[in-house]
Amino acid sequence: MMPMTKTSSRWMRKAAVVAALMLAGGAAQAQDIVVSAAASLTNAFQAVGAAFEKAHPGTKVTFNFAASGPLLAQIQQGAPVDVFASADQETMNRAATAKLFAEGTRADFAKNTLVLIVPAAASPAPTALGDLAGPAFKRVSTGTPATVPVGRYTVEAVRQAGLAAALEPKWIYGESVRQVLNYVARGEVDAGFVYRTDALIERDKTRIAFTVPTSTPVSYPIAQIAASKNAALGKDFIAFVRSAPGQQILEGFGFSKP
Amino acid sequence: MLTPLWLTLKVALLATLLSGAAGIGLGWWMSRRRFAGQHVADAFLMLPMVLPPTVLGYYLIVLIGRNGVLGQYLDRWFGINLMFTWQGAVIAASVVSLPLIYKAARAAFEEVDGRFAHAARTLGAGEFEVFWRIALPLAIRGIAAGLMMAFARAMGEFGATLMIAGNLPGKTQTLSIAVYEAVQAGNDAQALWLTLVISLVCMTVLVISGRLLQARH
Repeated sequence: MMPMTKTSSRWMRKAAVVAALMLAGGAAQAQDIVVSAAASLTNAFQAVGAAFEKAHPGTKVTFNFAASGPLLAQIQQGAPVDVFASADQETMNRAATAKLFAEGTRADFAKNTLVLIVPAAASPAPTALGDLAGPAFKRVSTGTPATVPVGRYTVEAVRQAGLAAALEPKWIYGESVRQVLNYVARGEVDAGFVYRTDALIERDKTRIAFTVPTSTPVSYPIAQIAASKNAALGKDFIAFVRSAPGQQILEGFGFSKP
Repeated sequence: MLTPLWLTLKVALLATLLSGAAGIGLGWWMSRRRFAGQHVADAFLMLPMVLPPTVLGYYLIVLIGRNGVLGQYLDRWFGINLMFTWQGAVIAASVVSLPLIYKAARAAFEEVDGRFAHAARTLGAGEFEVFWRIALPLAIRGIAAGLMMAFARAMGEFGATLMIAGNLPGKTQTLSIAVYEAVQAGNDAQALWLTLVISLVCMTVLVISGRLLQARH
């Protein structure tokens, strides 16, 4: 090995300091919270988060958006999450069974509806679930039922309509409701099941064919995670989501009251 | 449990055949020619190895998606739709494994002593004969090692495959995607099993390719 010169050792030291600072910057500050939220909440919660930060100067809300199933798996494996908002009660029930959230902090904060969307240019717009069994619909998308709530709502609705077998070969499963939305917007599938609030985001590329009735209502629970290191701020965030200003933002994105 | 394994082997094998044919041909071509912009062409061929798989996946969607640059004509003229099919997964795996076989083939061909090819030509051999009877047999070990690496890479392909072929159990759910779904669903036991299976197969492939390379020296 070559002997290290003075300049190069000075550079190494500087680099080490920079690296240490970068690592330190990544660690959460006391006034930071991490909120894991269902993919369908992406746009609405970003707006809620900005309003919350404005109302609580010096705080920072970091969001982790994905399908509710993977979010739960992350929390189970010890992800440093403070607040969890899922798109169905079942995922939250699983979190309750695993004793993941602080008791008494669970509350429903919004409702949504399941809709069937088609690409904007599609000519035969379906008018009922039964139409999907026809030859015009070769590929129909929804979320992976095991991990994505929209997939479970869809499976339930399709089963009740007696179409489970007819649609079985047509399913294209997305990793989250937003991927289903993207598949329809790109025209890769002929139709897809998403929430009404998602359809409103891709208004130019998709259109709502009809609302799909679900026997289980699409309602969103939120709770504070038991292992949270910043319980007070987490509770503040939940309170803000449920407050009048928070609800107003959610309504602006098409969510209805719980 | 077994379906993802067979699907993975089928996809990886076909992808290796495709990328093997293309990679050997391109390696041979690039080892024999010198032309302006050759470095750029070489970098382009190596690109799939360094690009994020999501970027590759996006390129492929733009290219072969139903409304893609090529995809719309495949759909209109032949009724072929590669999105969400195992054939789409083969395309994705071929693209990511191409650099491995191309690089190995080019290096192997460049190591072949040019005098053999020259001697063959003076004896009246055509270009294809020089390739088939002289260069290929002499370079075969390096190429075989490259093929093994390409096969292992194709087996482990995840990002671009997920974007092109999706996650359809029994249709396009390969081992790596099955692991992903098992972890997402919190199904740790299954994730562990699948992980062990894929690790074992990849180890086997690496040991074989290591042997092939060692025997050359």
